[in-house]
Amino acid sequence: MGIRIGNPSFDKRVHEGIENEFMIESVSSAQGRFRSRKAAASEELGNWEDWRALGEEIRTHTLENIDFYLQQLSDNVVKRGGHVFFAETAEEANAYVQNVVKKKNAKKIVKSKSMVTEEIGLNKAIEEAGAEVVETDLGEWILQLDGDVPSHIVTPALHLNRDQIKETFMEKRGYDKSNTPEELGLFARQELRKDFLSADIGITGCNFAVAESGAVTFVTNEGNARLATALPDTQITVMGLERIVPTWEELDVLVSLLTRAAVGQKLTSYITSITGTRLAGEIDGPEEFHLVIVDNGRSKILGTEFQSALHCIRCAACINVCPVYRHIGGHAYGSIYPGPIGAVLTPLLDGYENHKELPYASTLCAACTEACPVKIPLHEHLIRHREIIVENGMAPTAEKAAMNGFVKWSTHPAAYKMSAKFARTALKPWTKDETITNGPGPLKNWTEQRDFPAPGRQTFRSWFKEREKGGGSK
Amino acid sequence: MMDLDNRNHFLNNLARNLGRSRRTEGVVRPKWSLNPQWDVYKDYTQDELVDVLEEQCKVIHTTFKRTDFANLEAVLTETVQGHDGKIIIAANDPRNDEYGLDSIYESWREDAVDVRLWNKKIGKENQVFAEKADIGITFSEITLAESGTVTLFNDRNNGRTISLLPRVHVVIIPKSTIVPRMTQAMRKIHEANAQGNDVSSCVSFISGPSNSADIEMNLIVGVHGPVEATYIVVDDK
Repeated sequence: MGIRIGNPSFDKRVHEGIENEFMIESVSSAQGRFRSRKAAASEELGNWEDWRALGEEIRTHTLENIDFYLQQLSDNVVKRGGHVFFAETAEEANAYVQNVVKKKNAKKIVKSKSMVTEEIGLNKAIEEAGAEVVETDLGEWILQLDGDVPSHIVTPALHLNRDQIKETFMEKRGYDKSNTPEELGLFARQELRKDFLSADIGITGCNFAVAESGAVTFVTNEGNARLATALPDTQITVMGLERIVPTWEELDVLVSLLTRAAVGQKLTSYITSITGTRLAGEIDGPEEFHLVIVDNGRSKILGTEFQSALHCIRCAACINVCPVYRHIGGHAYGSIYPGPIGAVLTPLLDGYENHKELPYASTLCAACTEACPVKIPLHEHLIRHREIIVENGMAPTAEKAAMNGFVKWSTHPAAYKMSAKFARTALKPWTKDETITNGPGPLKNWTEQRDFPAPGRQTFRSWFKEREKGGGSK
Repeated sequence: MMDLDNRNHFLNNLARNLGRSRRTEGVVRPKWSLNPQWDVYKDYTQDELVDVLEEQCKVIHTTFKRTDFANLEAVLTETVQGHDGKIIIAANDPRNDEYGLDSIYESWREDAVDVRLWNKKIGKENQVFAEKADIGITFSEITLAESGTVTLFNDRNNGRTISLLPRVHVVIIPKSTIVPRMTQAMRKIHEANAQGNDVSSCVSFISGPSNSADIEMNLIVGVHGPVEATYIVVDDK
C-alpha cells in the first residue's frame, strides 16, 4: 500500500471525510475518551511535565547518537543468533522479506499491527512472493477483510461502526451472530487462532529496541504480537531506524509515556521483549529471527531542523486532541500517518509534492505540541513546512491565489477600502440574522460546516477614524 | 548474521547526515537531569504495595486473591474450580516443590483434572496441550504494583504459551516479588545484563487478560490471549 492512501485530491478526501457522519461522530467520541483517559493517567502521576522532559531528553540523546546505538543493537542481535538487515529503501526491505519467505517456502504469514510495514507496503510484496498474509490485530483484520485502510495509528478501524463490521464478517467469513463487540471479538479470536497455529512466519513491527542487549519490544493489548512471536518457527521484525532506546532503563520511561499518552493505561496488557532466537531446549519462539531496520527517508530528516520529528513514539496523543482531525477524520490526510504528526512527517518522508496541503490541515492551536509526551514542537514544524512550501512556490493554488490577490488588493488602498465597505451589501443575499449559513465562492467550504458572521455595519477603518475624532461606537 | 558492508553503508550515511564522523564507540548514556519514575510509591511498605496491586486489579479486570502459605492449596483449588478448570498446564518451576504445588497437582489429578507441567522433552506437544487447556499457571518473577503487572522470564521450563493459549491465566505472586513499578524491574534486568548474564529470550510483562477497544472504542476483554486472569498473592513464609 505504501504511505499514500485514498483519493489523490486533498479536497476530495476532505469532503469524503466531512460527509461521513458516522465517522465524524465516532472520531469525536473516540477523541473525547482518549483525551480524558490520557488526562487522568498523566495527572495521576503529579509530575507529568518532568516525565515529558525526561522523555525528550532521552529521545534527543538517542537520535544524536543513532549510528552508535544501531551498531550496538545489531551486534547484540547477532550475538543471540539473529540476522540483521539494514534497508535504505522500502524496496530493499520488501525484497529482503520476500527472500526469507521464498527460502522458507512459507505459505501463511501472521502479522501483528505495525505502521512501518504499512508504510513500506509489505503485505503486497509478500503476496507477490506467493504467500498469504493475515493481519491479526482486530482492527487491522477488519480493514484487511474489507480492503480498507487505517484512519488512526492506534485504533485503525476507528471510522467503522459495529454494523459495518458485522456485514464484513458475514460477507467474507460467513459470520451469523450479533453486532455486539463481544461476539464480533470472539469470532475474530476463533478465526485467527487457526491462522496462528498454522502460520510459517510471524511478522511484527517494533515499539522499541534495546541497544544494550538486542531486545525488541512490542506494546499490545490483544496478545496477537505474543502469538505471532511464540508459535511460528520464523520471526521477522521490521523497525524504523529511530525506534530504539539505549538500555532497559530508558525502555521503562518511554513505554510508560507511550501507554499513558496513547490510551491512558499505566501499561498495556502485554509488554513483550524478545531477544534473538529461542534458546536450547525452548519450544516457543522462533528458531530463525530476522531484524529489518528501515530508513525509507528517515535519514534525510537527521541533522535538519525537523530532527525532533524522529522522536515520535507513535502514541497518537496529537491526533486525539487535533480539532482538524476531529472534523475531517484520518483518511483525509491521504497518508497512513494522519493528524499533526502525519502532517509533519509525511512531507518529510514522501516529499512535499503529494502532500503540500497537509501542513495547512491545522489551526496552529498548538494542542498537539502540548499533548506530545516527548515534546515535539509539532505546530512549529507545521509553520516551518508552510514557509518552505511558500518559499519554493509550491503553495496550494487556493492559497497562492488568495495570497497574490491579497497582495494586490491590500496594496491598493482604494480597492481595499471599497471592498471592505461593500462586503456587507455584497453578502446580503446569503445573510440571515447577522450570520451566513450557505456562503458563495470561497466561503462555501467554511459555511458547509459552520456559520460565518456577516461583515459588520461599520468597517474597522471608519470605526477607527471616528474614534480618533472622539466619537464612534465601541 | 549480518553483512558488515550493508551496515557500514547505512550507518555511515546516518553519521554523514548528522554532520559528523561515525561514532562506533565511546558513547556514554548521560545522567538524566530528571528521574520522576523513582518517586512513584517511594517508601511504600510491602503491605501498602499489596494494596496498590489489589486496587489496580479492579482496573485490569483481574481477580485478586491473597493467602498465606498454609492456605494456598485451598485458594488455588477454589480458583481452578471457579474457572471450571479440567485441563491445566503449569510452568515446570523450581518453586513448585517449595510452594507445595507438586502435591497440590497430584491431588487434583486424583480428582480427574488433567494437570501437566511444561515438558521440554515433548517439543511442540506442549503447545498442542496448552491450546486445549482451560488454565495456565505461572509464577511472577517481579510484580509491578502500579500497573498490576506480572513479569515472566520465559525459558525452556516456562514456555511463552502457558500464559497465552489457555482460556485463563492464574499467576502465583510471592509477596516479596512486588515492587512499586516497572522502573525497579528494568533496573534489575539492566544490571543483570551489564554483569554479563544473558537476558531471557522472552521477557513478558503481563497485566491481566487480553483485551481490545478496536470496535467503536468498546472494551472487549479476552481477544487473542486469555479471557480471564486471577492473581494469588502468597505471603512469604
